[in-house]
Order: sequence, then structure tokens, then C-alpha cells
Amino acid sequence: MLKISDLHASINGKEIIKGLSLEIKTGEVHAIMGPNGSGKSTLSAALTGNPAIEITDGEVIFDGKNLLEMSPEERSCAGIFLSFQYPVEIPGVSMVNFMRAAVNEHRKYRGEAPLAAGDFLKLLREKQEIVELDKTLVNRSVNEGFSGGEKKRNEIFQMAMLEPKLAILDETDSGLDIDALRIVANGVNQLKRPDNAFVVITHYQRLLDYIHPDVVHVLYNGRIIRTEGPELALELEEKGYDWLK
Amino acid sequence: MNQYIDFFEKYRDKIDEGCSPLVNARREAAFERFRQRGFPKYKSEDYQYIYIQSLLNEDFGFYLKPEAENYNLRFVFHCDVPNLDSYKYFAVNGHFYSEKDKSKLPGGVFSGSLNEFATLFPDIFSRYYNRLSDAKGTGLADFNTAFLQGGYVLYVPENTDVKRAIQLTNISGGAEISIVNRRMLVILERGASAKLLVCDHAWDEKPLAAATQITEIFAAENSRFDFCELEESSRNTIRLAENFVEQGANSQVAINNITLSNGVTRNNTTVDLIGGHSSVRLYGMAIADENQKVDNYTLINHLKPNCKCDELYKYVLDGQATGVFNGRIIVARNAQKTEAFQTNRNLLGNRECRMFSKPQLEIYADDVKCSHGMTTGQLDENALFYMRSRGIPHDEAVLLLKFAFMNDVIQGVEVEGLRERLKMLVEKRFRGELATCRGCC
Repeated sequence: MLKISDLHASINGKEIIKGLSLEIKTGEVHAIMGPNGSGKSTLSAALTGNPAIEITDGEVIFDGKNLLEMSPEERSCAGIFLSFQYPVEIPGVSMVNFMRAAVNEHRKYRGEAPLAAGDFLKLLREKQEIVELDKTLVNRSVNEGFSGGEKKRNEIFQMAMLEPKLAILDETDSGLDIDALRIVANGVNQLKRPDNAFVVITHYQRLLDYIHPDVVHVLYNGRIIRTEGPELALELEEKGYDWLK
Repeated sequence: MNQYIDFFEKYRDKIDEGCSPLVNARREAAFERFRQRGFPKYKSEDYQYIYIQSLLNEDFGFYLKPEAENYNLRFVFHCDVPNLDSYKYFAVNGHFYSEKDKSKLPGGVFSGSLNEFATLFPDIFSRYYNRLSDAKGTGLADFNTAFLQGGYVLYVPENTDVKRAIQLTNISGGAEISIVNRRMLVILERGASAKLLVCDHAWDEKPLAAATQITEIFAAENSRFDFCELEESSRNTIRLAENFVEQGANSQVAINNITLSNGVTRNNTTVDLIGGHSSVRLYGMAIADENQKVDNYTLINHLKPNCKCDELYKYVLDGQATGVFNGRIIVARNAQKTEAFQTNRNLLGNRECRMFSKPQLEIYADDVKCSHGMTTGQLDENALFYMRSRGIPHDEAVLLLKFAFMNDVIQGVEVEGLRERLKMLVEKRFRGELATCRGCC
């Protein structure tokens, strides 16, 4: 589904990703772990087309298409989703209108007609339940005044609405209490299907107790230095990263 | 300027013709003062970004005869706001016309022609007409008083509530380069309430059409007035307006000043809170691109204790547009317990458009709650990326963000049908579908 080959990416002229290669197949859950500053968030930003990131070399093929040539909105419609580490507050744009615009753009991309108002609201209610999102939140402005937990749940709610092929969760567990963590993880597990894939970026083993990865990668200094099964996460929790460097 | 002086002296009888003697009686003094001080001077601190003298240098023609028959009145009648149940009136080049099937207004309420009002109610007219304009206006107000041919009056007697909104549509423009002098007088007696929407349209894209507009609003004790002005004219329009508001004790006035499309616009709004516990909400919005210019000057005088003002002006500029906000709030020495808030926020779409803002707060009392603030910047890049990452295309995301930016000003419009309509108009404007006022229909 996704094949990253020798990716190099910089921010403000400073190289952060230094030759990263990774392959993700349909139905898999990959965890990417690594110390602060290793390039985890830069990788997710590069994959979603954040204009702050400059790709200097390498190739990313998603579903047979050259991902790096696509705009952020095209990538989204093609099936890439990022759950932001820091979801952005957008005062004045209601969640309902935001989601309606997004869902209908996705439908347009697939050549489908916009969703009727009633069907949209039904879909909205259905997906809200997956992450136990407070019903009133959708009438408020996007993320404005949401608590940390609500913001993260809102990310998973958006993921449920858009049903991506590849979802990247960038430190979705940070700032969550145990209950919220469980709700978020349950949401992800409900959305997991044989025809989609997840990349879970995290610092801690904790989230991986709930979302079970098939593969664990360690990212360090812009490269993947270790790839193993789920047992690697436990080992990291115990020993830290120093022994790998 | 000399062309206007010559015109006044030469055609005085033509100017007076068809107007009430009470209107004509005020011309001479106003003209004399205009001759002395002329239009507001460029060097004055309040007129740094607009040079009225040069804007009106051309030899503008006057409309001394009503000529509604030359216009497609069906256009006027069709130009209404759906879902807004309102009494409708219109003025073509400063001459007032009433809709034929006039709906019944509550007893004692007058909504109609200035000349007619002067004839029917000479005492009330004389008590109010030109009082604020004469005391507080500039040379532009003198000019208007000297030359005006007609106007609109809304008079609401004591304790009368006009529940339906009143809508006045101004249409200007014609075959010649012309200037129109519009006039509005609003009198709300004690405990009266009303809502007035004034739409400002230009009938033609060409040629150059200038308008001076003087509005005097008297809101007596316990009265309530909602005033919404919407300019949707053409690139070749010059609008020079001065609004004067005087509020008695416990009165509440809400003013929405909206510039959706225009050529060059200058709006002065002066509010005097002369009675305690009165409150005013002054909201403004300007959307400008190409070479449009929107210059808003506001002055709120807190003269008595326990009054409130809430001022919010927002601009979205693009192209090579110029925006000016000059907001001044003065809290007099004895105006204790004043609550005065002023905010100006501006969004610039590129490096070529320009915004000049001067928020000013002068406080002479010592027990008040006041604030003022201004921000000018670009769209939030993070918000833009966040929206795009959900599949919303760049241009659509920009539109949603601009629309969101204006949302709180739109929410300030209390007349429901109008608020919904305004949402649609603002969206159309941002999509570039509102090049002419026909886009409104």
C-alpha cells in the first residue's frame, strides 16, 4: 500500500529525515517509536504534504501513485489521514460544516454526489458514538475550547468519518488520561479492517497495549535503525533507546 | 469646489423647486459655511487616507428632478431580502419613492419622504432636522444640507414598537457623471423601537457616481433601534457618509455598517451617549479587493455614567485594496462605570493591499472598564493545512476561513432573515460572484 524509499526531508534547510525506507501492506499496523527529535512528526508531515517540509530526495508510492506529487487535499481524498499531534483550533468554522465540506470533497473525488443533509447527519451521529464524542461538540467551532482529550477524540472521529486507507496517528496518546486512551484505542480498533492500515507514532508502550502492532520500528536521527515484531516495544519500554544507538 | 459654488448661486431657484420651504430654509447658512471651510481637508488628522476635494474635482451633475420613470422599477422591487418580512421603500438618486401597495404601519409612525414629513409635521421636523449634522458635521454635511433634493424620514412616536423591519433601498447612477445628496432622519421617541435596513446599490457600473449621505438618528429614553447599512455598489462609486447618533437614557442602538463591494467609501459615525445607562453596539465589516478603498471613522462619546459601547470592525482585503479604521472612544470625566470595548481585526490576502488602523481610547473618568485592540495579519497557515489534510481544497479552505473570520460581525445582525441573507452575500462575495448588485437578487 505504501512504499517509502530513501526519503530525505528538511525543515528550513535542516535535514531531519535522512534516507528513510519503509513498506506498509494492507491490513497491517505499524508502530514507529523513537526518542524526541528523531523525525517522527516530520515523517508524518512529509507524508501528508505539509508545505513546511521540503522533500530533497527519495520516493513515496501510495496505491501505485507518486504521493509526493500530490497536494495535501489530493492525498486526503486518495486515502491518507493524519491524526494531528496538536489539532488546530479554527474559530468560526463549525465542526458540522467542516466535516460536511471534507466528506463531500472525498465523495466528489470518487465521482459521487454530495451526501443529502439527512444522510450526513445520520453518518455523523453514527461515527460520534465510536469515540463517545459529546454530541454538542459538533455544533462548536473546530477544536475551539476543546479539552486535550476531546481534541484527540475529535481526530479519531474525523478519521471515522473519512474512512482512510492509511491512517497515521501522531502521538495520539500524548496528553490523554487512561479512560480517554482506552476510548481512542477502541475507536481505532473498531475502524481497523483488512483493507486499511495504520501507522502509530508513539513514545510509549502504553498505547500499544490497546492497539496491537504487527511491526515496530525505531526511528533515530532520521533513519529507521531497527524493525522487529511487537516484542520490541516492550524491550524499549524496559531498556530505553540508548542500547540501540 | 468652485463649480458647486457657482451652481448654487446660479440655480438656487431650481434647487429649491419641489422641496419643502423648511428644507430650503436651511440651505443658505449651510452653503455659506461650506463656502468658507470646503470639504474636509487632506491635512486634517482624520482625513489622512482620503482626499475628498480631489475625489469631487470632476464636474459632477445634480439630479434636480425626480426621474424614477427612467429606471426599471421591477428591478428595485425584486431586490428584496427573502425571508425578511419588511416594509419596503426606495430612493432613486436621492429622490424618495414609496412602494405602491403600502403595508400599514402602526398608528402615528411616519416612514417616507423628507419633504412630505416637513410639510405634515413642521414642528417635529424643525426640532430635529440638521441639528446634529449642523453641530457635528464637516463641510461635507454642509454641502449635503445646501444641495439635497429629498430624503427619508422614520418617525416613531412614544412607546410604539414597529415590529417588522423597514427596508430602504438607495439606487444611484445614470448616464452622466453625477453626484447625489442623500439624507436620512430617524426619530424614535421615548420607548419607541424600530429596525431599519438601508441597502446602497449602484444601478450602473459606469460612469462615475458620487453620493454624499447624512443620517441623523435620535433615540430618546428607553428606545431601541437596529440600524443596518449595506453597501453593495460598483467600482465607479464614491460614497461619502456621515452618521450622527444621539442616545437618551436607557436607549439601545445597534449599528451594522457593511461594505460588501464599492469603489471609494468613507463612513463617519458619531455616537453621543447623552443619557445614563444607554448602550450602543457598533459593528462594521469591509470586504475589498482590486483598487477599492474603505475608510471608516468612528467616534463614540461617553458623556454620562453607566453607559456601554461594544465596537467591532473587521476587514478582509485583497488585490490592491486599502482599508482604514479610525476608531475613537472618549469617556468624559463624569462618565463613571463606563464599559467601552473596541476591537479591529484585519486579514490581508497579499503584500499589495494595505490597512491603516488607529484605535484610540481617551478616558477621563477613573472608574471604568475599557479595552481596545487591533490585529492585522494573514490567514493561519496551520488552520489552512489542517483543512487541506482533510481533503478540502486550498481555495475552498481559504474561503471557509475568511467566512469564519467575518462570522462574529454577521452574528451581530439581529434581524434574522437579514442575517441569513448576509451570510449568503458574504460567501458569494468571497467566491467573486458579487461583481454587481444584481448578484444580490
